[in-house]
Amino acid sequence: MSDGLTTRADRPSDLRRASLTAGLTSTTIVFLTLLILIVVSAVLLASRGENLFATRNIADILTRASLLGFIAIGQTLVIVCRSLDLSVGYTVATTSLVAATVMVGEVERVWLGVAAALGVAAVIGLLNGMIVGVLGVNPFIATLGTGLVLKAVLDTRYQAPAGSVPQVFEDLGYTRIGPVPIATAAMLAVAAVAWLVLRRTRLGYHMLAVGGNTEVARLSGIHTTRTLVAAHVLCAVAAGLGGLFIAARFGTGSAQVYTLGYDLDSIAAVVLGGTLLLGGRGSIPGTIGGVLILALLDTIFNALSIDPFVKDILSGTIIIAAVALYARRRPPSAALRRRFGRRSIDTAQVATP
Amino acid sequence: MSLAVPTKSSRREVWRSPVVAVLALVVVIFALIFVVNPTFAAPAPLLALLKKSAPLLILAAGQYFVIVAGELDLSVGALVGAQVVIAARLIDGEDSRVPGVLLLMVAFGVLVGVVNGLVTTVLRVPSIITTLGSLLVLTGAVRFWTGGSPTGSLPDSFRVAGRQGLDVAGVEIPWAVLIVVGIGIGVVTLMRTAFGRVLVAVGDSDTVARFSGVRVAAVRTAAFVLSSVLATVAAVLLGGYAGVTSQVGEGLEFVAITAVVLGGVALGGGVGSPVAAMLGALALDGLYTLFNQWGLPPTMRPAVQGVIIIVAVALAAGPATAALSRLRRPRISAPALTADPVPDGTQPTFQASGRRVPDQMKGQGEPWDEPGS
Repeated sequence: MSDGLTTRADRPSDLRRASLTAGLTSTTIVFLTLLILIVVSAVLLASRGENLFATRNIADILTRASLLGFIAIGQTLVIVCRSLDLSVGYTVATTSLVAATVMVGEVERVWLGVAAALGVAAVIGLLNGMIVGVLGVNPFIATLGTGLVLKAVLDTRYQAPAGSVPQVFEDLGYTRIGPVPIATAAMLAVAAVAWLVLRRTRLGYHMLAVGGNTEVARLSGIHTTRTLVAAHVLCAVAAGLGGLFIAARFGTGSAQVYTLGYDLDSIAAVVLGGTLLLGGRGSIPGTIGGVLILALLDTIFNALSIDPFVKDILSGTIIIAAVALYARRRPPSAALRRRFGRRSIDTAQVATP
Repeated sequence: MSLAVPTKSSRREVWRSPVVAVLALVVVIFALIFVVNPTFAAPAPLLALLKKSAPLLILAAGQYFVIVAGELDLSVGALVGAQVVIAARLIDGEDSRVPGVLLLMVAFGVLVGVVNGLVTTVLRVPSIITTLGSLLVLTGAVRFWTGGSPTGSLPDSFRVAGRQGLDVAGVEIPWAVLIVVGIGIGVVTLMRTAFGRVLVAVGDSDTVARFSGVRVAAVRTAAFVLSSVLATVAAVLLGGYAGVTSQVGEGLEFVAITAVVLGGVALGGGVGSPVAAMLGALALDGLYTLFNQWGLPPTMRPAVQGVIIIVAVALAAGPATAALSRLRRPRISAPALTADPVPDGTQPTFQASGRRVPDQMKGQGEPWDEPGS
């Protein structure tokens, strides 16, 4: 039997060890990196007489992490399906405008604004999903295209900030419990839901299967198109939550948010978190780790008043280095085989004639 | 059944020849331009139009190598910007420095390509991340170096390629156009060599290529180097044609990728012709000109571009949807296969054939045995 898969399964102890490390990699490496980064930056800041763990810095990191977190959670779900969403930045901008213009500063219209924003986000996601899933357009092109359409609408109609949100809603963007902003708690709650969806529900398993191999998933009786559309809708709605957060922070809707590069940042965070760009394997906790790493870097660079241009250089290098580290640790072939954990190896063994 | 399938597929075959489809698109767009503004239908303005499109065509050619090898290069826009700034700063208006700096720029282009390629292949970082990183590093480094606003100037001798032309029988043919034609011929020739074949093979399936003895890493790195060097050429033209700002090249990577995909080159590699890719760039730039002529508000242009790329890919891009369409319409390539097309949504069963779909079947297009074949 030349199949390396079966050979390994013949030795159960080996197998257990292999899948144990595989289970550890996705989250531990990210959080180890995060830990090292925290230590290094704490030392760096301390040498300048500052304290990384001061409430101001922690709140700054967490606030940055909340927005990117919402977007990156959605992005994870899409990337797990072997798709991609480059339109999230524009979705965030659009939904912030929808929310603020629907609320027009009135308390009783808050829910209407939230519903409208998330509804618009869902429509954008539905559109992305249909273009990718039904028309079969490459996700890179499809979401770049819808992003361009949104950009055009935003640039033409909303050159200045528009609408306003009531004070109650604005407070949501600023209220903190200790150093932890409410928005961060909300983001973590969304992350928990996404984690449950991905790990415990049929939809989540279908997403992983579709990302692993669309054709095999289809042959196994999974509605691949439906799964893909669902992932895109969830991604856009998550970005819509980011838009609501922006509206709460700014007190108004802003089209300029899309210039902040959240599309590429969210992809970077997802990949940093150990999710395979090729789909089929993903980790929501890892993504949160990636988001925290990026947010921490931003805060540190600001606190150390590093030239904004050097920031770009450093974050570019760090992202590449981190991803390179992963790739070293987890050869793609092994990752593909262990995609569904230990169990699937057993089933695969049974299925092998 | 056996009668219906060939007609259907041969009709699609024409559509799926990207060069034909894109050429038709280019013809339609330019016809529309001539209708809207007949003054364009003369050699001189047409050549001026081509001269303006030249950098994008060259970038598309470069991006073609990378995409057909199964990767993406998001760093070309930033590289163009960096090269223009480097040229202006180092030459600083002195004619004597032009040749030296040009060589330096090519060397820098090669360096960026090698780094992109090695990080992607040896360190196994997905190219979208690698080149996103080098995009960040390049823009950051250039802005840091220049303090945000580039200094220096480009002498006329540097601008020859971008602005002037060769006088042929009273018509001035811009150097840029000649360079594009030269690069086009070069690229087509290169794709017909062993290297070109191997490049496509790597994009189609790197596993198969590796088992066939291809040094995948070297080939992919070469594709990145070609992309970066061609971006350098585009920078020379663009710098000569336009002024020196740090915004030169911003966003060009997405335009170039759009152009290549419009040319029917499948993201994911292994499919597509370089001529179609360059024609895709021409079509895209023609569209922009057309929008200008129609007097669309400039802010609405992205919308039209967005819709067009989606529609173009959805319609003409057999390649991008190859996985789907091939599955719905089993190919009759293998003699053993005499299957009816599987109606959408039904699940084929495997009990008779006993063939298992391989775990790592990434190709997504393999025909499979139907029961009863």
